[in-house]
Amino acid sequence: MRVIVPLQGIVQGRGGHFLGSVIPCALFYFLQLYLKGRGRAPPPPPPPSPPTEAEKQLAEQSSPSSSSSSGLQRVHSRSLLFSPKGSSGPAHVSSRANAVVKQVDGPYYLGLKRVEEDPYDGVDNPDGVIQLGLAENRLLSDLVQEWLADHAKESIMGKEFSISTYQPFDGLMELKIAVEEFMSQVIDRPQFFKPAQIVLTAGATPAIEMLIFSLADPGNAFLVPSPYCPDLDGDVKWRTGVEIIPVPCRSTDNFSLSITALDRAFNQAKKRGLRVRGIIISNPSNPVGILYDRETLYSLMDFATEKNIHIISNELLLAGSTHGDDEFVSMAEILNTENLDRNRVHIIYGLSNDLSLTGSKIGVIYTFNENVAFAAKKLTRFSSVSVPTQHLLISMLSDKKFVRQIVEFSTERLRRMYIEFANGLKKLGIECMKSDGGFYCWADMSGLIRSYSEKGELELWDKLLNMAKINSLSGSSCYCVEPGWFGFCFASLSERDIHSVIHRIGEVSKTCRSF
Amino acid sequence: MRLIVPLQGVVQGRGGLILGSLIPCALFYFLQFYLKRHRSPPSNPPSQSPSAANLSELPRSSSRANLLARGSTGRASLSARATSIAKPNDSPYYIGLDRVREDPYDEIDNPDGIIQLGLSENRLSLDLIEDWVSQNLTDSKLGVGSQALGLSGIATYQPMDGLMEFKVAMADFMTEVMGRTVSFDPSRVVLTSGATPALEILSFCLADQGNAFLVPAPYYPGFDRDIRWRTGVELIPVHCRSCDNFTLSITALEQTFNQAKKRGHKVRGILISNPSNPVGNLLNRDTLYDLLDFARERNIHIISDEIFAGSTYGNEEFVSMSEIVDSEDADKDRVHIIYGLSKDLSIPGFRVGVIYSYNENVLAASRKLTRFSSVSSLTQQILVSMLSDKRFIQEYMKTNRQRIRTMCDLFVAGLRELGVECTKSSGGLYCWVDMSRLISPYNEKGELDLWDKLLNIGKINVTPGSACHCIEPGWFRFCFTTLNEKEIPVVMERIQKAVESCKPSV
Repeated sequence: MRVIVPLQGIVQGRGGHFLGSVIPCALFYFLQLYLKGRGRAPPPPPPPSPPTEAEKQLAEQSSPSSSSSSGLQRVHSRSLLFSPKGSSGPAHVSSRANAVVKQVDGPYYLGLKRVEEDPYDGVDNPDGVIQLGLAENRLLSDLVQEWLADHAKESIMGKEFSISTYQPFDGLMELKIAVEEFMSQVIDRPQFFKPAQIVLTAGATPAIEMLIFSLADPGNAFLVPSPYCPDLDGDVKWRTGVEIIPVPCRSTDNFSLSITALDRAFNQAKKRGLRVRGIIISNPSNPVGILYDRETLYSLMDFATEKNIHIISNELLLAGSTHGDDEFVSMAEILNTENLDRNRVHIIYGLSNDLSLTGSKIGVIYTFNENVAFAAKKLTRFSSVSVPTQHLLISMLSDKKFVRQIVEFSTERLRRMYIEFANGLKKLGIECMKSDGGFYCWADMSGLIRSYSEKGELELWDKLLNMAKINSLSGSSCYCVEPGWFGFCFASLSERDIHSVIHRIGEVSKTCRSF
Repeated sequence: MRLIVPLQGVVQGRGGLILGSLIPCALFYFLQFYLKRHRSPPSNPPSQSPSAANLSELPRSSSRANLLARGSTGRASLSARATSIAKPNDSPYYIGLDRVREDPYDEIDNPDGIIQLGLSENRLSLDLIEDWVSQNLTDSKLGVGSQALGLSGIATYQPMDGLMEFKVAMADFMTEVMGRTVSFDPSRVVLTSGATPALEILSFCLADQGNAFLVPAPYYPGFDRDIRWRTGVELIPVHCRSCDNFTLSITALEQTFNQAKKRGHKVRGILISNPSNPVGNLLNRDTLYDLLDFARERNIHIISDEIFAGSTYGNEEFVSMSEIVDSEDADKDRVHIIYGLSKDLSIPGFRVGVIYSYNENVLAASRKLTRFSSVSSLTQQILVSMLSDKRFIQEYMKTNRQRIRTMCDLFVAGLRELGVECTKSSGGLYCWVDMSRLISPYNEKGELDLWDKLLNIGKINVTPGSACHCIEPGWFRFCFTTLNEKEIPVVMERIQKAVESCKPSV
């Protein structure tokens, strides 16, 4: 832009008199007024004046109920002596706390609330709401319960160290070793995780938050391929001050991530003045369930190296590749075979969901970056796993026979449930995205919505919730750019339940098709 | 300040022509240059080597990084706050804890190791807890068999902030521990994985980035991490003095508040610990009422950390902040209590903390935030049984208090024989020891020298007052509940050894 020479008019004798003289003067005035306004101190609060006479009288009159020998005790505060003015104002709650409370009102959270208020129970509450919106895995519950019945007590008590005393917040070394062996057993590859680089947390949720705190400052951003699970919003944004920039994926690409879209989103962010610090991926993607192939992972590494950003990979091991043809490739494997910059990749693993250990949240952070590991270890003081739970897990994960059983059954059951559910939906005329793993059927219900828009999708979601009493995951709450996609979690159902659920969805779809 | 009228000279024909015309013009120029510089983006388009195009048909087995001559463009960097968190420990409190971890004392295996007196952990009554657990841990207590597969099982929605039965059990326990003078309401209980995250979540809810809390000093060194690290809230110490027996004076509180305001800090609350850590005294009723008045007048909160409420052994009566508030109808909104099972029930490994608040907004926000610090359901189930076993709890509380008192008496007597005095404390798992006569020079450096000698020569880890932000040098916190009676003479001997090395050789 050209530099506007003040007093141009005077200097050159042409127009620009106005521009060149009035603007700087006006700015100068405003500057002075602004400075003046800020410098003014806020008026001091009115000082309280407790009348001592009245206080003494009150103290004499009141009869303390507690038996104390030290004369009359104070049983009321001075507030009663003041004029009806009372306190100087309601107690202030921080603005960020208010923001957190307000944020939980989209369809995702409304659905969760409805289930909480009116949960389905086959015996006690058959008209309740069935939860299919949360990625909860209960397919291994019976195996786990059986193991617990035989081994729980001795595994909690029978260890060298006490279950009660302070232990390192980032987890017992024995558990880290057991986790590492378990992970190697499951992926069936030679061990490439070192126990000392593992940090254990009370779930994948705090693990993600800790990494975000370690990698980004307030006002920075992360790129996340969408659709993504709405929980990530809370994990990433609530307390850290970090933004999420969704990178839309499309059904034409099978909802897989394209590096072009990533690049575009990165540049757009830069134009907006947001500094991107990293990419967060879920592998398999959540909720769609697509696996990342080697090619894409390598491209991601290149992209991250080029832009000097981090990659956080949230992986599922047992439920990684259960019903597709592709194999699960962990980010750790990529790093292990290359002379890549390992310092920019951080892997999170939600152990408890993979093992159907609902309620005992255990998350694993694995990173080659020593500084990040060090910071994360220190932050585990806020999210550490209780020692009895750790003892239980050490025994469970060290029981190789049990782990083999788990791996076998997990794959088989997840596959069976997925196929049943997908076929059931197919019979209703609803196609599911061809996925490889994960806990959701990602269904295309765009044929059933009245108007091909978010509004139409929400109407259908509402019908599913209120007519069919099913809480599903709507695509719009996952930031999906194409309306009409819904996620149904099949991993908390038994085969019998699938029939009744499909039937309910069928009823709703009938009412939709009649339009 | 007077308004400088631009072009005054032109308008009024007097001097001021330069001031009134040149200044705005100069400012305007600089503004334009500044805007110009900030608008142009940095540009570095990546370059690819031509051979990469030919390889696209071959299956990819390595990344392009190997082909680029340039290699990576930079080192993956940490955030500014992680850099400060990841710094090596510099407070003697943490350095001492690290040293004990590397070289812990064991009577048989490592008699020359460092004896831990710097961690306020209660090991005196562990046997009671572990006996109970081994006798009572049955499958039904663990909830085994109740999480059947499929929808026909029991509704398994598990609120992040704790199972209702656990909240009820915890509320009952708190009522019992705090003397049964007030009844705690389970609907106001929010459970977290330890008192540490409870305090962080509460701070997050009560203050914004850059705000401050007033804290009576000396205070527990962990507050600096719990509150400053991620919430960005400042801690402003309100110094207490030995002449007052380190009790909080409202005058000092007022002075500090006013100073903070002058410096531009927005004070959002006062954080007290009652029984206090590291001194171990109890706040009396009058002080608590005064505090409530103070908070009301300035419209701030009170956070009362009452984690040692059950570990009192003196003759004084413990008064909880909830008792003060119970008799009031107004202003309950500004009182919040932190509690946990790590100290009173000797189970820090279980990771159980409580936020107890009378403020609905704070409760709503805290419940949402417990997703980051939740208590495992296994732990909850074990504890529901334990806390419901009223006979055991009463037995335990009585025995525990006796044992703490006995140990305290022995320890204080041992110190007295060495010529070292402590403040008279009535609660907590430690004593606050005056070693000011043994340090030279009489300042923080002298105190740290003595701490170093105690650690390296005496091989005992204690917490120096400076780590607790104590304004008077020479005070140390000695935790005695990690010892058994046999070890007390050993400790005294070692203190003696360290102290002798301080005296100048004659």
